[in-house]
Order: sequence, then structure tokens, then C-alpha cells
Amino acid sequence: MFSNPDLQTLVFGRLTWDAIPLHDPILIVTFAMVALGGAALLGIMTYFRWWGPLWRDWLTSVDHKKIGIMYIVMALVMLLRGFSDALLMRSQQALASGGGEGYLPPHHYDQIFTAHGVIMIFFVAMPLVTGLMNYVIPLQIGARDVAFPFLNNLSFWMTASGAATVMASLFVGEFARTGWLAMPPLSGADSSPGVGVDYYIWALQIAGVGTLLSGINLIATIVKMRAPGMTMMKLPIFVWSSLCTNVLIVAAFPILTAVLALLSLDRYVGTHFFTNDLGGNPMMYVNLIWIWGHPEVYILILPAFGVFSEIVSTYSSKRLFGYASMVYALVVITILAYLVWLHHFFTMGSGASVNSFFGITTMIISIPTGAKIFNWLFTMYRGRIRFEVPMLWTLGFMVTFVIGGMTGVLLAVPPADFVLHNSLFLVAHFHNVIIGGVVFGMFAGITYWFPKAFGYKLDPFWGKMSFWFWLTGFYVAFMPLYLLGLMGVTRRLNRIEDPSLQIWFVVAAIGSVLILLGILSFIVQLVVSYRRRDELRDLTGDPWGGRTLEWSTASPPPDYNFAFTPVIHDHDAWSDMKRRGYSRPLTGFKAIHMPRNTATGVILGGLSTVFSFAMIWYMWPLAAVSFVAILVVSIAHTFNYDRDFDIPADAVVRAEGERTRLMARQA
Amino acid sequence: MSSATRANSAADAAQTKDGHGHDSVEGEPHGSVRGYVTGFVLSAILTAIPFWLVMGDVIGNARITGFVVMAFAMVQVVVHMIYFLHMDTRSEGGWTVLALIFTATLVVITLVGSLWVMHHLNANMMPMSAEDMKQHMP
Amino acid sequence: MATQADTATSGEEEALRFYETEDHPHAPATLIGFWLYLMSDCLIFAVLFATHAVVGRNYAAGPSPADLFDLKLVALNTAMLLFSSITYGFAMLEMQKDRRAATLLWLGLTGLFGIVFVCLEIYEFAHLIHEGATPQRSAFLSSFFVLVGTHGLHVSLGIVWLAVLMIQVGVRGLEVDNKRRLMCLSMFWHFLDVIWIGVFTFVYLMGTLK
Repeated sequence: MFSNPDLQTLVFGRLTWDAIPLHDPILIVTFAMVALGGAALLGIMTYFRWWGPLWRDWLTSVDHKKIGIMYIVMALVMLLRGFSDALLMRSQQALASGGGEGYLPPHHYDQIFTAHGVIMIFFVAMPLVTGLMNYVIPLQIGARDVAFPFLNNLSFWMTASGAATVMASLFVGEFARTGWLAMPPLSGADSSPGVGVDYYIWALQIAGVGTLLSGINLIATIVKMRAPGMTMMKLPIFVWSSLCTNVLIVAAFPILTAVLALLSLDRYVGTHFFTNDLGGNPMMYVNLIWIWGHPEVYILILPAFGVFSEIVSTYSSKRLFGYASMVYALVVITILAYLVWLHHFFTMGSGASVNSFFGITTMIISIPTGAKIFNWLFTMYRGRIRFEVPMLWTLGFMVTFVIGGMTGVLLAVPPADFVLHNSLFLVAHFHNVIIGGVVFGMFAGITYWFPKAFGYKLDPFWGKMSFWFWLTGFYVAFMPLYLLGLMGVTRRLNRIEDPSLQIWFVVAAIGSVLILLGILSFIVQLVVSYRRRDELRDLTGDPWGGRTLEWSTASPPPDYNFAFTPVIHDHDAWSDMKRRGYSRPLTGFKAIHMPRNTATGVILGGLSTVFSFAMIWYMWPLAAVSFVAILVVSIAHTFNYDRDFDIPADAVVRAEGERTRLMARQA
Repeated sequence: MSSATRANSAADAAQTKDGHGHDSVEGEPHGSVRGYVTGFVLSAILTAIPFWLVMGDVIGNARITGFVVMAFAMVQVVVHMIYFLHMDTRSEGGWTVLALIFTATLVVITLVGSLWVMHHLNANMMPMSAEDMKQHMP
Repeated sequence: MATQADTATSGEEEALRFYETEDHPHAPATLIGFWLYLMSDCLIFAVLFATHAVVGRNYAAGPSPADLFDLKLVALNTAMLLFSSITYGFAMLEMQKDRRAATLLWLGLTGLFGIVFVCLEIYEFAHLIHEGATPQRSAFLSSFFVLVGTHGLHVSLGIVWLAVLMIQVGVRGLEVDNKRRLMCLSMFWHFLDVIWIGVFTFVYLMGTLK
């Protein structure tokens, strides 16, 4: 490339042609498929001239609804990547537990389990949660957008930038081989000199900034932008759970940012925070990252609790049982989430008093969680239950999550944990609560709010297929892991020497294929529903007999959400309005003040990707240039004072008139 | 102390409203010259004393000096919160104070928790202080 | 369905309104949002303090605080930060009186104190590194440099922000947006002061104690 190696090192850092994994057939085939698929997508978009609308209406949009949908689309794409990793692992272990070698050597297998964990938590579960909160919160509190619309767009692009960085590691260089929390000294410069851990660090740092900003944004939205009359104890329960989640985000993600920064200093500058020599202490990293890591668990599960609460109440046609106790339980979980982190490393040897303190707090936190299960059961009790697809996910959750919760309490007992720590029992436990809780919750939420976002319901047949495949697939895949864990099999092994265990790994692999069918059914469901959209269409805006404000507006909602700001008098505002004979206003519309779209978020996201790529590969000049560019673009953005515009009154009249006509037709 | 500030800021807010209320940002308690000067003088004193205590080795006992210095720091943080950051329970409907209390709790948990956990770890797993070395020496 | 134009309402509920016909813009959420950001920043510092508390006495046979720290310099630095706090306070008072020139003057003075602070810190760091007390020497020095350096980085960013805001106030005057931004920076600046109290107490003073 350059004749002068010094110049090449200056410009390209440690990036050479060797970093492209041409020797690995799996990656070559993957790359070919991604390239072909990508080219086809680009071709289709160019052919239909979708670039302009995509840029104007979506990528640069500050509309919380569109940003929410973009988050969810990104999460579903990343789900495919993360799940491919899962299939690779399950098949490798099924093949290599009978004494065979399998097809994945350790250095590749290690990257796969790391990528699986990182992607599933940070780029599937988090964007699903954030996307759903983004879409639903403003609608449920009767607001027209979030508190800081531009920041919302920026948050999305920061998360997308992190996702892009992880994806780049697949084809350029390698990913971390350290497990999803990159514990030192393994992740230190001595043991992991390559780019893998740097990919990990920068992907998480950039995405973490996005998550933090979105957390601040949503708290400010909930605190400041509620419709008149909506006191805190009249908030929809999903908003309450989101508030708690975002409090956890704002209070936990800085800890991740700081601890990863310290790790990167160890790697880049040669400091001694987490090294084994010169006074460093690797266990401090473990301690700090779990102070973030445990709240993170609740960041994921609380919104799912909120979704289930909404769904149980809607499909039982009853008010949620024990609303106040639900709120208190959420708040108690929020605070206790910070007092249990040590249960992730009981085995480090901190002694009886420390271990028993954290064991007891862990058991205490299961009490408010258990109370919620009873609240849902009592909500269903004597309700008129409709077994629509979201309700099926909810019931599947209640059974599965209770099992996961009980194995969790088992792990909270320090002596038991000494036996089960880092075993497949633990792996089965956290998949039990994350799949049974978060994933089921997000699928339930997507199915529940899909008609709101797109104006037609999802096809119920394929929804049920997806649910049953996921549910059975989960049990077939993970119950064997509980058994294996009890028999002493540890996690993160690419081959197991005992052939008598192979049968369990084969069963688990079959389970993962069932889950694959569940994911495929979900995709089929999207396609089928799109094709049958005219049959599935809902013109009322309230297809399920909903209880909260989002169902009072059109589906999909207009850009301004509500032509007039709603006034709230009771819990379940929409059901209260229906009960008291609310009539939709038909006249008197005024111009509506809205934020203007901006490209700054996309640009900053792109620059951050370049910056992190440059830092990963030691391309110092590029890193400096992109960093300065980030600063300049940010500052330039503050010189733009003209950020709003008015939707003219006649546009509002037209949109609302159209809705009146459609509703008359439906009737 | 805090009631005086409240009166101050209330008086000041009223003054602003009379003058040119149209251009002010809502919801922010305003300071006053007296408030800032009081805060500054208090902070200067609260900074000077700990420096003097340590530099002059006035107390003579490191442990006691440490606690005294820490106490001064706590008081000074409160002074800054009241006189410079204008914290009071009414601004933003109490949400700022709530956020502050929550954060302070978490800071304490992080600091105390980490120290406790890591101290136990060192005590149990690394008997490597100089005295221990002597004891374990054959 | 109730959504159909069924305008006949019973007498009892006639008084209830379900929507506002007049638009009341929400009170801006910027200040609470920025406060939340500061709280999150506070936790970043909490991690750095915790790390310093845990590894800050691991000298690895290298220099200890008593060998390194020049408390007179630290006292001078603290004074700079304190002065910048009160000048920023005066800038805010002038801002409330809508006096642009006076506001800019006090802001400029604040920036100068800030620059002196950062310069003194750079001098201190350069001096330490020159003496061989580099961040790579021991865990104590790593955490010292990173904790104090992170604070310094915040102050430097604050100075850049201050400069940008001075330009914006100069160009567009003390309009609502600019006032809100000045208030955010004010919180940021005073917040850094509070962090500095922790730094000089826990790192310098208590570090120097035997």
C-alpha cells in the first residue's frame, strides 16, 4: 500500500490485510451473504427511490414514534446476529461433547460466546426496551414528544454506532474472547493484546452514551410533560416501570462508563488499575462492573413488568389489581437493585459477613417481584380474559419467570452458589429470566402496540406459532442446561470430554432449533400481516379495548399525537373517558408547535463510529480528526436556534377530518 | 441557615418579576449578592481550616485530623449546594432534591460498599502486609 | 363506541373536560434534565473516588503522597476555583438584570480563573512526570492522575463551553435560550467545585496524612 512502513503505521495503525479473516470459511460465507443481502437491499431502495423519504422521514426524524420504531428494527436485526451465535454454540457443544472436536476452535468459540452476550444484552434487549419506552411513554402521558427530541435522535444514533462497531468486528479483526463483561486480567493488555477487547470497549462506550442520554430524556419527559391531571399515582403502570428503569439507567450507566474508561487506560496508557502488578487490583473491576451489572438486570426486566401489567389489565378487561402496591414494589426494586451486586461474585472470597449480607438482600429483592406475580393473578381473577397473542406471551412469562426466579433464589444462597457459580445452571437461570421475562415481554409489547404504530394488527396465527415455538424451544433448550449445571459442567467450554453428557447437549441444540422456528415465525408473521393488512386494519385506534391514553388517538398517531392535550381525571384515563361518554373534538383545531428534524444526530453517530474504529486500530491521526470533528459539529449545532416549526391549523384540520371519516366508515 | 436563603431567593425572585419577568427562565431559584458572598466567605473558611490543620500538623494525630478534615468537606459541600447551586426543596417540584438524595445514597453505597468488599477480600485472600509476612516467615 | 360523536353528556359530567382547547406549553425541562446529567456525572466521580480509596495506598514501592504533593500549590488551585465560582455567581446576577456587558465581563473573569486552574494543574502533572512519578508507576499514581485529571478535563470542557456561550451571548444577547444555557453552565461549574472539595480533601489532604 505505502512503500514506507512508518507512514502506513501512522495512517492505518495496526490494521493490515491480515485483519481480514480470509482464512475462515464460516466468516467468508457470512460476509458473502451479508454483502449480497446488503447489495440487494441497496438496489431495491435505489430502484424504488426510497433514499429521500428514508433520510427525511426516518433517519433525521426527531419524532419519538419513528425513533422508537428504528430502535426496535435495529434490535430485531441484531437479534438475528446474536441468535446465529447461539445456534453456533449449541451445535458446537452438541457435536463436541462426545469426544469430537466440533467445528469451532476455542479462539473462535470464545469470540462467539462473548459476542452473543454483548449483542443480546446491549444491542437487542436494550434497544427493544428503549424503543418501546420511546414509542409508548409520550403517548401514554398525553405528550406530543419527549422532553429533548434532538437528544433522542442522537441517542439512537449513538446506540446504532455501537452496534455497527460490534458488527465491524466480525469482518475486520476479531471480537473479544473474554466473556461479556471482559474481566481483567484476561482483558488486560498482557493477556488480550489484540483488537477484540478494544472493539468491546468502544462499542459499549459509544452505545452507553446513547443509553444514558435517552435515560435522562425519558425521566425529564415523565417528570415534566404529563398531561394536566395526571398525578404520579395516576400514571399508567408502564410509565411507572419506565421511570424506574430510566432512574436505574441514569444511576448505573455512568459506572459502566467509568469502569470501562479505567480498563481502556490500562490497555492504552499502561496504568495499573486492574493489572496484577504494581498495586493494581483486578477484583476492583469485578466489583465495579457488577455495581452497574446488577441494576442493568432490572433495567431490562422492569419495562417488561410494565408491559405485562398493561396487557393483563387490558385483556382481563379490569383495572390492574393493587396499582399502588405495584408502584411501591417497583420503587423498592429500584433501590434494592443497588444492594445486591456482590451475589455475582460470592466465590471471590470476601468472607462470611459480606456474603451473608448480599445473600440476604438478594432474597429480599425477590419479595416485591413475587408480589407482582400475585397482582397479575388477582387482576386476571374473575376478569373476562381474552387469549389474544400478547396475553399468551404474558401467561408464558408468568410460568417461566417464576421458575427462573426460584432458581435465582437458590443461587442467592452463598454455599449453593459456591457449587453452582459459573456452571451451566447459572447460564440456564439467567436465560430463564431474560428469555422468559424480557424477550417474552418485548414480543408481547410489540404485538400489543403494533396496531397502534402501523394501523393493523399482527396476524394471530403466526403470532401463536411464534409463541409456542419460543416457549417449548426455551424449555427444551435450557432445562438440560440446569441438569448439566447440577452435574458440574461449567460454562464457556467449546468441548466437553464426557460422552455420557452428549445427549443433553443434543436436546439443548434441538431446543435452539425450536427457538429458531419461533423467530422465523415472527418474521413470517410480519410479512403475512403486511400482506393481509387490509383485513387486519383497525380504524378505531383502539383495537383491544385499551385503557390508557395511547388508544385514544389515531393508529398510527399523527405527528403531533394529540390534536388537543388530554385532561386526566382518573387511573386508566382512556377507559375512564370512554365510560363517561367522551366525545372526540371535531372543531377548533389550532396550529401545533413541533420540533424540526435534524441531521446532526446521524452525523455525530457516524463520526463516533469513525472515531471508535480509529481508536481500536491505533489510527491516531484519524482519531484526532474525528474527535475534533465531533466537537465542532456539536458546537455548531448549538448555534442553530431555529429548531421548531408550526404544523399549520389547516393541516391539523385535514388530518383530524380524515380520521373522522374513517371512523364513520368503520362504524 | 436554609430559611434565610429561602427568604433571600424569594425576595430576589420577586425583584426579577417586577423588573423584567418576560425574559427569565422559569423554575430556577435566583441567587443574590449577599448569598454568593456568604457562600464564598464560608467556603474560604471551610477550605482554609483543613489546609491549615494538615499543613501545620496542628492536631498531631493523623486519624483524628482525617475525620476533622472530612467533616469540614461535608459541611462545605452543603454550603456549596445551598449558596451556589441554590438547592431547596421547592425547585422543580422537589425533583432536584429527590435526585440529589438518591444520588448521594448511591455514592455512599458505591464508596462504602467497594471499600467493605475489597477490604474483606484483602483480609481473607491476601495476608500480605508486612506484619503478616513476618508471621508467615519460617 | 364512545369515540363516536355522541355529544349528549349527562348533566353531572358536563363539567368534566377531557382535553384542553388552549395550548399551554410545558415548562422547559432543560434544567431538570441537566441536573440529572450532573447526577450521573457525580457517579462517574464516585467510581473514581472508590477506586482511589481502594488502590490509592498501593504505592508499589514508589513515591507516596507525602513525597509528591505540594499542598501550597493545591491551596492556590483551590483558591482559583473558589474565585471562579463567585465570579460566575456575579455573572448570573448581572444576567438576571439583563446587563450583557457586565455579564460578559464576569464570565470572562471566570474563564480566566478557570484557565489559571487548568494551567496550574498541568504544571503539577508535568512536574510529577518529570520526577518519574508517572501514571504507569503505581496504582496510586494511576488513580491519582485519572481522578484529578478527569476533574481537570471537566473544567477544560467547561472553559470551552464558556467561550462558546460568551460568543453566543455576544451575538444574540441575553435571550431566553442563552439564559437557560448560562444556568446549565452555572450548575456545571459549581458542581465541579463540589467535586473539587472531594478531591482536595480525600486525595491531597488525607493522602498526605500518615
